[in-house]
Amino acid sequence: MTDDVKTAPAFAKAGALRDFATWWGPRPLGQVAVLIAVVLLFYGFASNTLASMARIGISPGFGFLDRAANFEIGESPIAFSAGDTYARAIFAGLLNTFKVAILGCVLATVLGVALGVARLSGNLLLAGLVRGYVEIVRNTPLLLQLFLWIALAHALPGPRQALVLFDTVFLTNRGVFVPRLVVEGMPVWGWLAALVVLAVGIVHLWRGRRRAPGMRRTILLSGAAMLIGLAVIVLASGAQFAIDAPALSGFNIRGGASLTPEFAALLAGLTVKFSAAISEVVRAGILSVRAGQWEAGRALGLRDGQIMWRVVLPQALRVITPLTTSNYLDLIKDSSLAVAIGYPDLVSIVNTTANTTGQAFEALLILILVYLAINLGVSALMNLYNRRVALRGEAAT
Amino acid sequence: MTALDLDPPRLPAAGTWTAFRLGLFGSWRNGVVTLATVAGLVWIVPPLLRWLVIDATWSGTAAQCRAHDGACWAFIAAKLRFILLAFYPAELQWRPVLACLLMLGLLAATAMPRFWRRELAIAWPGVIALCWVLMAGLPGLLEPVASNQWGGLPVTLIIWAACFASALPLAVLLALARRSDMGGLRLLSIGYIELMRGIPMVAVLYVAMLILPLALPAGQSMDKILRAMIMIALFWAAYLAEVVRGGLQAVPDGQREAAATLGLGYWRIMQLIVLPQALRVVIPGLVNQAIGFLLATSLLAVIGIFDLLNAAKASAADPAWLGFYDEAYLFVAAIYFIFGYGGSRYSLWLERRLSRERRN
Repeated sequence: MTDDVKTAPAFAKAGALRDFATWWGPRPLGQVAVLIAVVLLFYGFASNTLASMARIGISPGFGFLDRAANFEIGESPIAFSAGDTYARAIFAGLLNTFKVAILGCVLATVLGVALGVARLSGNLLLAGLVRGYVEIVRNTPLLLQLFLWIALAHALPGPRQALVLFDTVFLTNRGVFVPRLVVEGMPVWGWLAALVVLAVGIVHLWRGRRRAPGMRRTILLSGAAMLIGLAVIVLASGAQFAIDAPALSGFNIRGGASLTPEFAALLAGLTVKFSAAISEVVRAGILSVRAGQWEAGRALGLRDGQIMWRVVLPQALRVITPLTTSNYLDLIKDSSLAVAIGYPDLVSIVNTTANTTGQAFEALLILILVYLAINLGVSALMNLYNRRVALRGEAAT
Repeated sequence: MTALDLDPPRLPAAGTWTAFRLGLFGSWRNGVVTLATVAGLVWIVPPLLRWLVIDATWSGTAAQCRAHDGACWAFIAAKLRFILLAFYPAELQWRPVLACLLMLGLLAATAMPRFWRRELAIAWPGVIALCWVLMAGLPGLLEPVASNQWGGLPVTLIIWAACFASALPLAVLLALARRSDMGGLRLLSIGYIELMRGIPMVAVLYVAMLILPLALPAGQSMDKILRAMIMIALFWAAYLAEVVRGGLQAVPDGQREAAATLGLGYWRIMQLIVLPQALRVVIPGLVNQAIGFLLATSLLAVIGIFDLLNAAKASAADPAWLGFYDEAYLFVAAIYFIFGYGGSRYSLWLERRLSRERRN
């Protein structure tokens, strides 16, 4: 029996156990010793931490979440005022992180794709300019760029001398004001019906594009059907649309949606920094498609635009998707720099919580777990999408 | 990671795509793009130039600066010492200056492949320790300077180099563990790497600030910069481990099998056969990662350490020169850019050189 020890532990008779022993691999006891050492190390840290907390009179636990938080939050998607619970404050911070991260991902992607295409446009001047932009943005710290953006946001003129873009966007030192769409009088069933029509329409368009590329009429028809459906719902529900544009009234600007200077600076900084990264990814992706693909497309009589959309881009996406995923994850993580310019994101509020309650350990644990969950969620979603665009047979990875 | 090439972009297609050969006006569409770009430049460049150069104040006092609309470069001249060295005692300033020069010399030597010898691996900890002594002082020999007086470029350089140098060996161990047959170690390594890569660096710095002091045994305390450095090194090790793992994957299995046939043990195989090949492949990747790390050291400002960026921020808070933030930030941006851009060009050069060596 002792001879068996070399290949697998003697107890490994049952199937599952043997599988585990194989997976666990050689030197099973040594590995257990390493694991125990790690556990002991963390046990040591934890007991020290507990002792220190006891010494300064803080009882460990998450009870503080229900206590009243005596600070205000600069801005929050949900109502928050001093006296609400810490749990609500942290949730507001999480929503703020989501807000800036999602908008940042969308804007950085739009700008990044535009820059990547501009870089490949073949126009020497434009490509050179984009290259300069990318190099400058990539080789300076994001925090420094954020400091510049917040300095710029605070240096903007007051509301009465606001910089006005296209008569609708007001840039002031009190924030950025943009127009927004207001829907009035839409009943709940109207929203639901519109959502269903939109979902069905988009799925149908997507399927149609996949099944019969080039069948433009089908696509046009289903697109038109979707729009007509939406129009019917709006007419039947009696909803009214209005564009609420900001305008100067008295000493301030009324109407529209306002972005605080901190939010605007953070959004601008994240967008610019990650648009540079995404433009490089887009460029690399398109260049990764071999020249033969273009030649083959032309031999079939396709136009350049068609080759780009139907042949090159679908293949380029296989390179682009995983790299963009890591850019999105970096963007979400880097939105934590908000704490340095005063935007109340998750990190900023957790930090305030840790400082006001003394429950640093619990607060940071929440922070770390939330970021890990976000990371896993985004990775899972993007993997799902990646599987769609991957080559058949390569999808398993 | 993505290499930038010097050549103009090349798209293998006819029509407008090949028009770049004709420069800016190869086709009507290209011409329109050029004209639109020029129009944009005419809109942006003159005001920028006016602020940067034409209306700028090159010497004088803050009052003279305020009288002009342009940038105040006199501010940089006046606050140069503070931006580069922050609160370090002025009469001892030769020490941080010497530390900076030593660090730059070490980096320059490391950049040259002909210095890639065993001595370099000894020089790194030696020079870093020497710089640390220069900054901190030595009882009886050099007057001690508390670390809360350190600041500016030497702090950025020393923290960056020391954290990178201590993260690398840990990264190699993590990468080896992640690729080993031992499930327990693999699990540990994957868990560590994914945990670290999943959280923002700011969170890691807060752990160094708020948790590490609590986790030390009662009565013990540790310097703030040292605490930050330990956590940063642990954090960067996870990123470097993934780069090293890429190199390990590039070494064919046959190399290890051949070495095993010769009777070498695991550590001898790794040390003599696998790691030299794997690390060589990933040197450009490590350089790129190092550039990213240098930019990331600016986050030290968040926990109140006076690195280069924070020193620049503080310099514009001087009552005599209040508010020249733009000039301070642009100045340190230029320093970061020189390191970053220089580093990325160097990485490209190295990549070409190494791949040429591999082919021969």
